[in-house]
Amino acid sequence: MTEPAAVRVSGVSKRYPGVQALDGVDVEVLPGEVHVLLGENGAGKSTLVKVLSGAVQPDAGTIRIAGETVVLPNPHAAQQAGISTVHQELSLVPDLTAAQNIFLGRELLRPGTPLLSRGEMEREARKLMASLKLNIDPSTPVRRLSLAVRQVVEIVGALAQNPRVLILDEPTSSLSEQETEELFDRIRQIRAEGVGVIYISHRLEEIERIADRVTVMRDGRVVEAGLPATTPLAALVRLMVGRDVSEEFPARDATIGEALLTVEGLTVPGVVDDVSFTLRSGEVIGIFGLVGAGRTELLRGLYGLDKADGRAQVNGRQIVPNGSPRRSLDAKLALVPEDRHAWGLVLPMSIRENICLSALNECTSHGALLPSRLEALAQRFMQAMRVKAPDTRVPVGNLSGGNQQKVVIARALAAGSDVILLDEPTRGVDIGAKIEIYQLIAQLAAEGKAVLVVSSDLPEVLGLSDRVLVMRQGRINGEFPKEDATPEALLRAALPVEGAVA
Amino acid sequence: MTALRSVRSRLDSIQWETAGLPVALVALFIFFAVQAPNFAETSNFSNVARQVAVLGLIATAQTVVILTAGIDLSVGSTVALASVLTATGLRDGNPLLGIALALGAGLLVGLVNGLIIGYTAVTPFIVTLGMLSIVSGTALTLTNGDPIFQLPDSWFFQLGIGFVGPVPVPVIVSAVVFVLFYLLITRTKFGTYVYAVGGNQQAAQLAGIPVARVKLSVYLLSGLTAALGGVILTARVRSGQPLLGQGLELESVAAVVIGGTSLFGGRGRLVGTIYGVLLVGIVRNGLDLLGVSTFIQRIVIGAATIGAVLLTVLREGGRKH
Repeated sequence: MTEPAAVRVSGVSKRYPGVQALDGVDVEVLPGEVHVLLGENGAGKSTLVKVLSGAVQPDAGTIRIAGETVVLPNPHAAQQAGISTVHQELSLVPDLTAAQNIFLGRELLRPGTPLLSRGEMEREARKLMASLKLNIDPSTPVRRLSLAVRQVVEIVGALAQNPRVLILDEPTSSLSEQETEELFDRIRQIRAEGVGVIYISHRLEEIERIADRVTVMRDGRVVEAGLPATTPLAALVRLMVGRDVSEEFPARDATIGEALLTVEGLTVPGVVDDVSFTLRSGEVIGIFGLVGAGRTELLRGLYGLDKADGRAQVNGRQIVPNGSPRRSLDAKLALVPEDRHAWGLVLPMSIRENICLSALNECTSHGALLPSRLEALAQRFMQAMRVKAPDTRVPVGNLSGGNQQKVVIARALAAGSDVILLDEPTRGVDIGAKIEIYQLIAQLAAEGKAVLVVSSDLPEVLGLSDRVLVMRQGRINGEFPKEDATPEALLRAALPVEGAVA
Repeated sequence: MTALRSVRSRLDSIQWETAGLPVALVALFIFFAVQAPNFAETSNFSNVARQVAVLGLIATAQTVVILTAGIDLSVGSTVALASVLTATGLRDGNPLLGIALALGAGLLVGLVNGLIIGYTAVTPFIVTLGMLSIVSGTALTLTNGDPIFQLPDSWFFQLGIGFVGPVPVPVIVSAVVFVLFYLLITRTKFGTYVYAVGGNQQAAQLAGIPVARVKLSVYLLSGLTAALGGVILTARVRSGQPLLGQGLELESVAAVVIGGTSLFGGRGRLVGTIYGVLLVGIVRNGLDLLGVSTFIQRIVIGAATIGAVLLTVLREGGRKH
């Protein structure tokens, strides 16, 4: 026992009504290692994080930090004990400055007074940020920072507490490739300082880039603990899913037909600049680019959520200019948004109501809703999407991330759409659901529908698309047929000119 | 023993959500029936019903507004304005004109509220708070602050004091309005839209729901219903009162939240509001009969409001920290 584990979890169990979320979990994280926790949604990773960050009390088991048994009744106690957590949903206060956020709850005061010492906090914040090579003005309101910088600010805040253990929950889910690499540099640096890092991600390819060891969880149990990071991905996936996952990307043999969506000179002031393309029946187009390249804004402008200039037509019906979601839906174009909680779902409502939300006209007779038609429509698309739930009346808030995403897609399909715009359709979705979504996209194309997929995930873009459009600074900066779409080519087209490293 | 156990398990399986309020109502009912003379008499029941009919009417529409994550604070002054306008028509011997003016004014109030709330980013609280003042000021200006008394005899007053069989007319009006709202909310597309707009406005917009029009509609309904309440109250007090209905805005919100509807929108049921209204009515009437002052009654109702919501929150296991 020369070097006790930074944190050792022994026999931790937690039961929620109807679910054994954690079942005798043993994990140990050493100082100076990046330990990846792997598992599908519902495998117990988030419950374990909640236990370690003091948000949830385990029913049984012990937690030792540097050899000492600790009890973590609340988040504050966890921080005191040396565990800092950066949650998936950023928890910064947008209108406070970077420095204020870093010292939130631990504000520095002028000696002997109850007054804040802003200067002192900003000096300290600058020092802390510089140690992670972040050069921003600490008096900048967080609202004005990019997502990637916010992520680092949050990590700086976590590190300011000198933790022994740093938990990062999906830190790269909203970062571009380049930003991810920068974040990894910083994580390596934190590791070098002897902090034990628990890293949670759905992006398997990140394992070989950042991990030292991997622990795989399934159904609340640890399947394999402390595997070397060199373990083949296929083996890890098999452990996660509990079966062989043959082909991640389904074979495609759709015949590409007539144009369904034509876009000419679409412009959303300030974010999308003169974008033109045609999407055909049976075709899947991928749109790749860095965060901030204008991809989401392109979809929103096209769909009529934001005001857009230029022209766009679906099936010969004009949707831009003067677009609106209703108009797009009537023209048989639907959008599956990037942020399903903010834009995709009405959480208090049931699966049925969410699926039918855009198609209530078809479920109405003389002004009265017909429950039988609602049920039939919901059933049909719940089954088509393989949403896992006992029935259509379950509140959509009770579903896992993957199943929620399927409900959002089901709503778009239930509206009878021919053209589907998918914005980051597999973000935060577990591997099983991810593959189902890939299969669905292939199937939609095979049925003669047209699909536009925005994704920051290179393998996904490459695996799904017949054609890839790369966006940079609001413009289309390259179009690649499937055979020419290589990771290098896409990255080169996506990166800003001066930083073309790939 | 086994019988007891089965009762116990049946009690456990009852959803507090749907059963809690009715149980509380029955408990209160038994309490007052034992304590207060005359409480459990038919005449008193119709008395309670008449007293709460207008509150029920207004709280019904308020529920729908609150389901969209809105609030309508202008309903109390709309009652007053409607009363003044109805009385003006009555004074001229034309009750139908009075009713039409009152309902028109209610729609106008709702239109202003709904247009601003639906098509701009000003919050419902601010808009309807402003309208509360504007409408109240209008009612007072129209009458110089004086009530309109000495109205000529008319069939109109039956709306406030009449009976159909044993049932007071205001109760019948409220019941009909409630049923219409119930059908609207549970059986039409519009009802689903109301829940969607309150549950997640952005998702509703993305799903192609005409969010602004839904909001406009609920404030129109609320204004119209409040005006109808004003008409009925005018018939009951046989005069046009520029201060009638004061406090109804908050009392209706209280009834809605006691009934389990969330002020954040998207969650709640119209039936819950009936329980909320009955709870307020029974407490009032029971305490009246026990000789408790109306001042103390206010304290009790305030405590009941906080208590009911506290129970909801605790039941859901949600604490602020």
